[in-house]
Amino acid sequence: MITEKLQNLGRSTIDNLAGFGRSGVMLFGALVGKPNFRKGWPLLVKQLYVIGVLSLLIILVSGLFIGMVLALQGYTVLVKFGAEGMLGPLVALSLLRELGPVVTALLFAGRAGSALTAEIGLMKATEQLSGMEMMAVDPLRRIIAPRFWAGVISMPLLAMVFTAVGILGGHLIGVNWLGVDGGSYWSTMQANVDLYQDVVNGLIKSVVFAVIVIWIALHKGFDAVPTSEGISRATTQTVVTASLTVLGFDFILTALMFGG
Amino acid sequence: MSDIMVDIQHLSFSRGKNLIYDDMSMQVRRGKVTAIMGPSGIGKTTLLKLIGGQLKPSQGHILFDGQDIPALSRADLYQARKKMSMLFQSGALFTEMSVFDNVAFPIREHTRLSESLINIIVLMKLESVGLRGARDLMPAELSGGMARRAALARAIALDPELIMYDEPFAGQDPISMGVIVRLIKELNNALGLTSIVVSHDVTEVMSIADYVYLVAEKKVIGHGTPEQLRQDKSALVQQFLLGEADGAVPFHYKAAAYEDELMEPRR
Amino acid sequence: MTTRKIEILVGAFIVLAVAAFLMLALKVANAGISGSGQSYVLYAKFENIGGLKVRSPIKVGGVVVGRVASIDLDTVYYTPVVKMEINEQYSNFPETSSVAILTSGLLGEQYLGLQPGFIDETVQILADGDSIQDTRSAIVLEELIGQFLFNRGN
Ligand SMILES: Nc1ncnc2c1ncn2[C@@H]1O[C@H](COP(=O)(O)OP(=O)(O)OP(=O)(O)O)[C@@H](O)[C@H]1O
Ligand SMILES: [Mg+2]
Repeated sequence: MITEKLQNLGRSTIDNLAGFGRSGVMLFGALVGKPNFRKGWPLLVKQLYVIGVLSLLIILVSGLFIGMVLALQGYTVLVKFGAEGMLGPLVALSLLRELGPVVTALLFAGRAGSALTAEIGLMKATEQLSGMEMMAVDPLRRIIAPRFWAGVISMPLLAMVFTAVGILGGHLIGVNWLGVDGGSYWSTMQANVDLYQDVVNGLIKSVVFAVIVIWIALHKGFDAVPTSEGISRATTQTVVTASLTVLGFDFILTALMFGG
Repeated sequence: MSDIMVDIQHLSFSRGKNLIYDDMSMQVRRGKVTAIMGPSGIGKTTLLKLIGGQLKPSQGHILFDGQDIPALSRADLYQARKKMSMLFQSGALFTEMSVFDNVAFPIREHTRLSESLINIIVLMKLESVGLRGARDLMPAELSGGMARRAALARAIALDPELIMYDEPFAGQDPISMGVIVRLIKELNNALGLTSIVVSHDVTEVMSIADYVYLVAEKKVIGHGTPEQLRQDKSALVQQFLLGEADGAVPFHYKAAAYEDELMEPRR
Repeated sequence: MTTRKIEILVGAFIVLAVAAFLMLALKVANAGISGSGQSYVLYAKFENIGGLKVRSPIKVGGVVVGRVASIDLDTVYYTPVVKMEINEQYSNFPETSSVAILTSGLLGEQYLGLQPGFIDETVQILADGDSIQDTRSAIVLEELIGQFLFNRGN
């Protein structure tokens, strides 16, 4: 009984380790080597569209609403201390340091990550990847690499858009609806937000999350069992694994950046 | 330049615990059509993937143009693949591109020809498989047989030295079947290509093949020119050529005795 | 033509993101103030810095004139030394000026309050790298309460 459990644990640990190894090999094969800009550029632009532009709507809407909710919630607490003047920094810092990068990463995993996994898994199942290999075109360079770079570029951009829209949403609720002074919304924000400490650190977070999400999504697709069931499982795994990994890394990064 | 294009020596390969080839050897001669026939699930597709270097054998050598494919480095393997081409059983068309772009894909990847020249080449290839009119369709809009022909056009786009056809006749009506048979023969004769054809269609294969290998039970059970094979005395060979259901080659995947399994409750 | 459309949309996406970044940097973080590098450095020693942090603001009469650049410990006396970056624009504080660590509001964060001193012939103007002698440390709540209890005991 116990030995069986231990055996299973050992086996799944080894499986995970092997999967991690394969994902590393995949990324290495995709990214190492001299880039070919003539062929790579149009592929990158196409993927920036599919991964970045098509995710923009969900990011804009979520950012707006999360900013509005933050202002509403924050106001009810702050007003008890007569500190509603601090609404600006509350909204801005929450978004810049935490919610912008994290929520963008979670939405991105759900919107773009799952789609990428399904797309690549399906290409594998229909032998498109094999076919490409037999045509002496490396699928790692041709399929994986442009998607990786497009994801790593798109996500920090999306996170900035999310944060900016959220701060505007907070302004909408706080200033236009709840009657916080508009000047103090911005000026207390400016006094408390620092370019390096907050804006740049938030950006660094979001680059790290981008690598995590896109790497997991691509690997799960590339490693999927090439059947419809295998692909659906890989897609679910992408969302679950990417979300949990992002949250874990968020804790570590927050502790490193703002903890000391 | 030797006369042998692909030389498979003492090949062994297994999928997990399932041994597929056991010390098998065969030769494909340059400029000839070599057919590989055998019962379904015997590992014909696997063999083509082994030649293409997508799978690695556990033992033996696969010499392609004098190079041992399993021993090549990644870069050399990709270099060698430029000289070969494969028609997949499923077609393996890129679903996000039109038929035209699919056929143009290998040309755009490996050459720097101008778009107008590519246009001419692609239309020629599509014309030869009778799909010039379907150039703007997406793969999802093609029938199974049309998809196979589009994939064939793509496979011959760069005039490779070796073409491997996996089931080129499956799903074709008699007319397009005839067209494909003629196409394979013409490519072979006119351009001096080497072809490996995997198929179950005994009559078509016997009509174009210069040499035939019959594969079953993990090895070659008979080989020779179509004439020689017809004369072959072996029961196995005759059963396959004549299409008898039960003979020396079992039709069933290996299993426990039928009656026993029906009677016994399932565990 | 559709690749053209895609290119345009991707371009618009990047422009939007850059605009968002500019808004965050200029309007939200107000990077204009001390980021321009036109500043000079003053030092001040304190007994106790309380909750003062690097990049805390330095204010004169409520106006931000600079930020705390670093906080180190003097290795001889083991007292905190605060390095202040003051905007070049405000470059004539006399050496009689004083700094205090203050708290904005009851719960707010701590900042440095700079109080300009008097000027006469003997007093010099503080230059880059000088120290301010007259400092008042942060009020630590525990010490305050301790003193209060001690005084009541008398
Ligand atoms: N990815 C795989 N993993 C494990 N076993 C496999 C895999 N692909 C094929 N096999 C096994 O390998 C054997 C040979 O498969 P293969 O596809 O080469 O057969 P085939 O001769 O091409 O059959 P058909 O004529 O039906 O196309 C089969 O028994 C199959 O069960
Ligand atoms: Mg097959």
